[in-house]
Amino acid sequence: VSDPAEVVERAYRDEWSAVVATLARRLGDLQAAEDAAAEAFASAARLWGRNGVPPNPGGWLMTTAWRKAIDQIRREHAVAADPERLAESVGSAWGAGSADSAWPAGTIGGDDRLGLVFACCHPALALEVRVALTLRYVAGLSTRQIAAAFVLPEATLAQRLVRAKRKIRDAGIRFAVPAADAIQVRLDSVRTVIYLIFNEGYTSSDGDELIDTDLCDEAIWLGRLLHRLLPDDTETAGLLALMLLHHSRASARRDRDEQIVLLADQDRSRWDKALIAEGTRILDVAVAERRPGPYQIEAAIAAMHAAAYTFEATDWPQIAALYGSLARFKPSPVVEVNRAVAVGMADGPPAGLAILEPVLASGELASYAPLHAAHADLLERAGRRGEAAAAWARAERATGNEQLRRALRSRRDAVSSAE
Amino acid sequence: MKYALLIYAAPGTYKLSDPELTEAWVTYTKAVVDAGIFLGAEQLADTDTATSVRVRSGELLLTDGPFMETKEHLLGLFLIDVPDLDAALDWAARMPNAAHGTTEVRAVRSGRPWQAVLGT
Repeated sequence: VSDPAEVVERAYRDEWSAVVATLARRLGDLQAAEDAAAEAFASAARLWGRNGVPPNPGGWLMTTAWRKAIDQIRREHAVAADPERLAESVGSAWGAGSADSAWPAGTIGGDDRLGLVFACCHPALALEVRVALTLRYVAGLSTRQIAAAFVLPEATLAQRLVRAKRKIRDAGIRFAVPAADAIQVRLDSVRTVIYLIFNEGYTSSDGDELIDTDLCDEAIWLGRLLHRLLPDDTETAGLLALMLLHHSRASARRDRDEQIVLLADQDRSRWDKALIAEGTRILDVAVAERRPGPYQIEAAIAAMHAAAYTFEATDWPQIAALYGSLARFKPSPVVEVNRAVAVGMADGPPAGLAILEPVLASGELASYAPLHAAHADLLERAGRRGEAAAAWARAERATGNEQLRRALRSRRDAVSSAE
Repeated sequence: MKYALLIYAAPGTYKLSDPELTEAWVTYTKAVVDAGIFLGAEQLADTDTATSVRVRSGELLLTDGPFMETKEHLLGLFLIDVPDLDAALDWAARMPNAAHGTTEVRAVRSGRPWQAVLGT
């Protein structure tokens, strides 16, 4: 605690996003909020070393940032006088002299942070823009880190953020929790953004690039934040549980040669038991509320896998039933493929093939490798080896990942040579 | 007869800070008002702050950006005064046009010098 540089650094990690959130709501302008926060942290770095660390660093930063923001508004309006807007920006919530009052401890963030989340995830912004804004301003990653994680030039990402901040300000997107009749639709967007970040982390870990930012960890952090702010929302709890349960398998997904290991072949002793316990507990509390939804169902499926000590011990009938519920909430051919796999395990290959039949006939997923792999596996287990070899070949052609292609080729070779 | 005059220009053509251009707009606005033909005028925020709204099979679809499809033509505009973008998007989605056409929602600028002529 004694080293001021360290205190500033920790304050940056702990308070930056909350300071930005509070300023953004008061100013209606994320860029102005960011600029004022940057000035406040620069002042802290300068003054704390000389004068000592204030007793309430977060409050000090908030008060200082707010003063900087008001100074900036005054400077702008000295040039292009717009007294109405000045009064609007500075006056309403604070009254005269409020700019000089200190920010009490423990009053930063909270609802402001939730408002910032909803603004960053507003559906009037493109999905990739929502993702970038959320990582930058809610999770507090730098533009360099975000650009690296998404393999984008930093300038492209910075430009995207500048434009997004301008749209939020000029189009009138509010830093506020939406009204009750709109909150579910808006929450869907927030959860979509968080889950997309998680999945990006999940798949990018399969690539060759060395990435220093773990998007899975960031997504889980965001999921925890949202769950803490909205503890009664069962789907938000479901999303957090789903991510924790998936992430529990992270270290078992790779072997020593960094090759992908499929669920059936994973060393289950390497699954993270603490994450499984936490995810399962959060899911149990949510499910008891009896307000089901797709995230809770997907989390329940992940929990069934996590509870099986061996692949053979997996409760396939239960998983098949859960995929049935998921298909009712969110009908999609991809869910049908997963359901076919589970039913094939529970009731035998012919039952699984029967579910796959209409998906194959529709041709909708013709270029979706998991469809052909599921088809091939069911055919092989049904003893239809010739057809299975052809399906493995289709799966091989549809996959873009070299590692997976090799795995599929060896399955095809095995079934062909056995014939 | 009523006419809507829709001002189009390529991005970057207008520099808001250009004093000559500002003066020209003020002069033009005075002329229109003095002619007694003025009904209403607004200067829209940049196209990249626009959001396009459609409703298809009862589902609300939002697109980040202006409406670009050239097959359809601009039919008219409503000026509304609501607290924020959410309210504006809601009204756009309720338009009879939303189910088959597209409504572009654009914030309106205020406090521009030409608007001072109108006392707004």
